[in-house]
Amino acid sequence: MAAVTGLTEALARTPGGRPAGMQVRRRRRLNAFRYVVFAVFGLFFVVPLLAMVRFSLEGTKLGTWSLTAWRQIASYQGSGIPPLSSAIELTLELAVITCVVTMVILVPTMIWVRLRVQWLARTMEFLCLLPLTIPAIVLVVGLGPIYNKIQHYELSALMLFWVYVILALPYAYRALSAGLSAIDVTTLSEAARSLGASWFTVMFRVIAPNMRQAILNALLLTWALVLGEYTIAYLLLYSNLQVELYSISRNTPNAGVLFSTSSAALLFAFVLLLILSFVGRRRRGRG
Amino acid sequence: MTSPVTKTTTGGAARTSVEVRMEGLSRHYGSVVALDRLDLTLQPGELIALLGPSGCGKTTTLRLLAGLEDADAGHITVDGKDITRVSAAKRDMGMVFQAYSLFPHMTVRQNVAFGLRLRRVSSAARDKRALEMLDLVGLSTQADRYPTQISGGQQQRVALARALAIEPQVLLLDEPLSALDAKVRAQLRDEIRRIQLEVGITTLFVTHDQEEALAIADRVGVMRAGHLEQLAPPTDVYSRPATSFVAEFVGLSNRLAGEVRNGEVTVRGRTLPLVDRSTPDGPAVALVRPEAVTLASDSAAESGPLVGTVIAVTFLGAMSRVTVDLGDTSIMAQLTTADASVLPAGSRVQLTIRPDPVLVSASSDPDVPAVEEEV
Repeated sequence: MAAVTGLTEALARTPGGRPAGMQVRRRRRLNAFRYVVFAVFGLFFVVPLLAMVRFSLEGTKLGTWSLTAWRQIASYQGSGIPPLSSAIELTLELAVITCVVTMVILVPTMIWVRLRVQWLARTMEFLCLLPLTIPAIVLVVGLGPIYNKIQHYELSALMLFWVYVILALPYAYRALSAGLSAIDVTTLSEAARSLGASWFTVMFRVIAPNMRQAILNALLLTWALVLGEYTIAYLLLYSNLQVELYSISRNTPNAGVLFSTSSAALLFAFVLLLILSFVGRRRRGRG
Repeated sequence: MTSPVTKTTTGGAARTSVEVRMEGLSRHYGSVVALDRLDLTLQPGELIALLGPSGCGKTTTLRLLAGLEDADAGHITVDGKDITRVSAAKRDMGMVFQAYSLFPHMTVRQNVAFGLRLRRVSSAARDKRALEMLDLVGLSTQADRYPTQISGGQQQRVALARALAIEPQVLLLDEPLSALDAKVRAQLRDEIRRIQLEVGITTLFVTHDQEEALAIADRVGVMRAGHLEQLAPPTDVYSRPATSFVAEFVGLSNRLAGEVRNGEVTVRGRTLPLVDRSTPDGPAVALVRPEAVTLASDSAAESGPLVGTVIAVTFLGAMSRVTVDLGDTSIMAQLTTADASVLPAGSRVQLTIRPDPVLVSASSDPDVPAVEEEV
């Protein structure tokens, strides 16, 4: 009988030696903990966002609903400041230019460094991550004279893209670096070279297409950075979306348009994220 | 060795097989000598397999030939033309890599057609050629799949089709089977040989697998420390190794202490001829192949230099390897499984050593093979 009992106990134990019942209870407790953590953090993020959306839909009387603030996004103009639409337009243009310039500079350079000048990789990583460690005010002090000159020549505020490219470098670099590490760059390039491909073909027809997801991620990060950038533009006396929203909040009693514009920007970023995850999933789906 | 071949490529224009000559090829990595004045000639249409331990220089040789690395000294000529300083993209060589090298964003068909596209072949001709090549490797039904949707063996076949699609002058195979499981490996090995003979292309095959090299090649080059120890047909490399390193690296050898005298070696009372009759007289370690040893059950056998006890029988399929304890040393014999089945562990056996020519080891210690010293 003792032998039978021993066998039953042995069967009920897991390979680690713990009884199966204890394992199940432990797993349940762990799951419950996960749900609690997920719920707390979810509320932490979602409640302010929902509150922002709710404020943007507030009517003239407290507790009523209205779309007025959303309708005003394109046409709103506070006293003494340019129309909001021009700030939105400028920011979107800046985002596009910054994304394009960052990718044009970074993608070929990173592939080239990986393929041909590996010894430069550390230096490049250091240079690309450097902007993370430099406070915005230091950047502005450094860039001030250059931008003073630009303003002297009355060039467009779009010239802000240069400093945004520098700000975006660390994020774009990290995203692209992860993408490059995920593919066997050396073997793919050698295979292409043995088939007669030039270095240009290797970079743009073999390696870059396999970094599509990484490029999209880098674009998203760059886009989000430009959309949310306030300090540099404010200190250099340019008026982008965030500067404009701040001005509205300080100078006008109409807070609704402030919230509706912020919500719209956030919504836009969410839509972009969804598109990127859809593109990524479709690609993985092939596998 | 097969004779030089002039063949037509499948579905393509006639192309003559070419001779590849490497002369005095050297390559250093810092203070490490990867290749030391290597001379190697591949006859037209010939398949040479380079075999050797890690770091012996076989892959370096192939990469220098492909143009993926630059030689420090020496020359490479293909069909009489010096290509030593020609870039990899212009060398006209097809290459299959050890790692899966298909372009993940292209379908199988697009992968095979990639080299043709770079050569500005028309879309229709490209597609036709790609399908012909896929047909050659038996994968025409997988043309529209992506590399991640096919198996490792299929990926290497596609890589082979892609390398052949551009009708290269030389085919380079860099351990293309090493990532595959044993069965697929054997199948693909035979397939590579079939296709190579069919296309008639001069081929350099690099491997660390002896069985693969011996099975597939017209000639096998055994490399060690950046130079060729022996370049000969597989049967010669196995049965008449030029050096003790080759004898110990290719196949298994028993290391038996003996005495060299007048071009012969006496091992455990048995006199065997030497491959190298100029071996100096004196004590030596003879390298005896397990298949040269036969066993007969003899329970009444008295003690003697060639009498022992079976201590292990290793089943290898049709053949079995029997290890016999001779008291002061042990010896391996390779027998058919049927013969080995009557010799269970513990049996007393009488040994016979067939008088095949043998080599003596570079290492005088019977317990220390020269190959191990090398590694």
